[in-house]
Amino acid sequence: MSTAQPKRSDRRRTLVTPEGIALPLVLASRGTRFGALLIDLVIIVLAVILITAAAIYSGVGLLGMAGKEFDKLEGSVKYSLEFLVILYIAVMFLFRHGYFLFFELGARGATPGKRATGIRVAARGGGRLSTEMVLARNLLRDVELILPIAAIFSVLDGGGVTAWIALAWLAVFALFPFFNHDRLRAGDLVAGTWVVEAPKSKLEVALSTGETAASGTSRATGASYRFGEEELAIYGEYELQTLERVLRENRSEALVAVHEAICRKIGWNPGTGDERAFLEAYYTQLRARLESGMRMGQRKADKHA
Amino acid sequence: MAIFSLSKEAKSEAAIEAAALRSDRFRQEREPDWKRLEAIVTRMEKGRLRRISDADVLALPVLYRTVASSLSVARETSLDAATLAYLESLVQRAWFLVYGPRTTLWSWLGRFFGGEWSRAVRSIWKEMAVALALMVAGTVIGWQLCAMDPDWYYALFPAEGGDPRVPGASAEALKEVMFGKEGKDGLSVFAASLFSHNAGVAILCFALGFAFGIPPLLLLIQNTTLLGALLWLHDEQGLLIDIVGWLSIHGTTELFAILLAGAAGLHVGRSMAFPGDRSVLEAAAAAGQRAAVVMAGVVLMLVCAGMLEGLGRQLINDTTQRLVVGYAILAFWLAYFFLFHRVPATSDAE
Repeated sequence: MSTAQPKRSDRRRTLVTPEGIALPLVLASRGTRFGALLIDLVIIVLAVILITAAAIYSGVGLLGMAGKEFDKLEGSVKYSLEFLVILYIAVMFLFRHGYFLFFELGARGATPGKRATGIRVAARGGGRLSTEMVLARNLLRDVELILPIAAIFSVLDGGGVTAWIALAWLAVFALFPFFNHDRLRAGDLVAGTWVVEAPKSKLEVALSTGETAASGTSRATGASYRFGEEELAIYGEYELQTLERVLRENRSEALVAVHEAICRKIGWNPGTGDERAFLEAYYTQLRARLESGMRMGQRKADKHA
Repeated sequence: MAIFSLSKEAKSEAAIEAAALRSDRFRQEREPDWKRLEAIVTRMEKGRLRRISDADVLALPVLYRTVASSLSVARETSLDAATLAYLESLVQRAWFLVYGPRTTLWSWLGRFFGGEWSRAVRSIWKEMAVALALMVAGTVIGWQLCAMDPDWYYALFPAEGGDPRVPGASAEALKEVMFGKEGKDGLSVFAASLFSHNAGVAILCFALGFAFGIPPLLLLIQNTTLLGALLWLHDEQGLLIDIVGWLSIHGTTELFAILLAGAAGLHVGRSMAFPGDRSVLEAAAAAGQRAAVVMAGVVLMLVCAGMLEGLGRQLINDTTQRLVVGYAILAFWLAYFFLFHRVPATSDAE
């Protein structure tokens, strides 16, 4: 966890809403975005294959119905075939250029691939994500994706020096997210957008409203935990949050260790078997103390403060 | 000071009292509002708009502000990290919806045709002038090269097998291409594939503008050199006006669209090279959004051009009529872009 922390904090940004509330925002990592793109590409390729197969199938069916050679077709069958081809061309065009547009304009601001990886598109700087932005960021996909892939193939094909130069030049676009702090791809830059982790929320139960926590009395042993002013005064908000995390994770070794540490610090004799009740009571009373301090305008960041 | 010298017993009484934390009471009182907002947001995110009652839709902005203020209060009074994290992400989710792209496709199209497209086109008039100059230059260069040495024609216009349009071709052969009765079948398919191809080229032209605008310049010149070569070839046989008609019926729209795509690309490139007093990022974003509107229009124009080329040109077999149709459409585009000045009432770009 401690190794992942600095990387994640590097991706933290703050967004200020029009109401003046600062909200923390985490940029999506490049790996996540690449994963999302792969999922979308797989969906597109599968859909294209399916549609092509369906088009061929119905085309062959039409020909079979007419029972004639293609050149000798006439009348309604010919028009149906023509219509089929036009429809096919239109659908292919829409898939190539419209897939990303359609989904990113939706309420979730994300394609299926982005949804699956938990990320979404947002306007840089906290404004409204507009239709124009989504259009702009998707118009550049050709240069960032399709052309570089084509360039790779032409190099593999033995394209020589020109192909290598083209590839190097196009690689600048394809690898754009690696050259800037906000992980913008070229389309993001031109559109004024960025890609962030979609917020997920689940309200955890309040730790301080349980029976043990509220009364300070352990149900298992009947022991009553009351902490005096000086016993609570040694810790600050940072320790409180650590304690909250330990309680929520609820791993018995951690509970025992923390219980022991607190007892040592406040000079109690650590017993065993009732650590959770002790910690819940301590958490609740420490929070009560710190929060009443907050109301008086006195905050204690950690035990050193 | 008496209050601080309470007995140990009284102190523990106070602890019990305080154990029913004020911040927990705050949470319990407001939790129904939070849960309701969460439910609405979750449903809207899933795109099930029809399942959301009008009351909920109306409640969204109100609840958003309520929960946002809950967050502000909680930050000042509560140390429950779980509650704070929940509120932060809930406010953010609601914020995405309240300030998201809330226009429907229809209202966006309404604003697009009702002034935003023409305004975006007008705002890049300088780049359009540059693009036009390049296209004219390309045409002249193509013509002059071929006039100097007809071999240039082969270099510029690699003739496919059987294409009669080569230097020295007779007027009859050239006329057959322009007015022949052949190939009238499958016109609509031809139109659709033309559109698909041209739109791809136009989008590419725009996207390459990102590289400081150099590639669209080359693309514009290269494409119009072909045009110049073709014009020269027909002029040799005294068919200049016929080829102009043959090209104009769809070309006024298609070349205009390509001009706009190149100009939009140039606009983005120029804004990044010379951002003025804004940061490069801001300048690029502003230009990119303007250019995106132009490009949406370009794709529509190419649909029109594809239909004119695939259907109109083949069905109208007379040079005068072709010229009339082509230039009437050009006049329409120009009037729409430069004379139509309605300012849209609202814009979600703000």
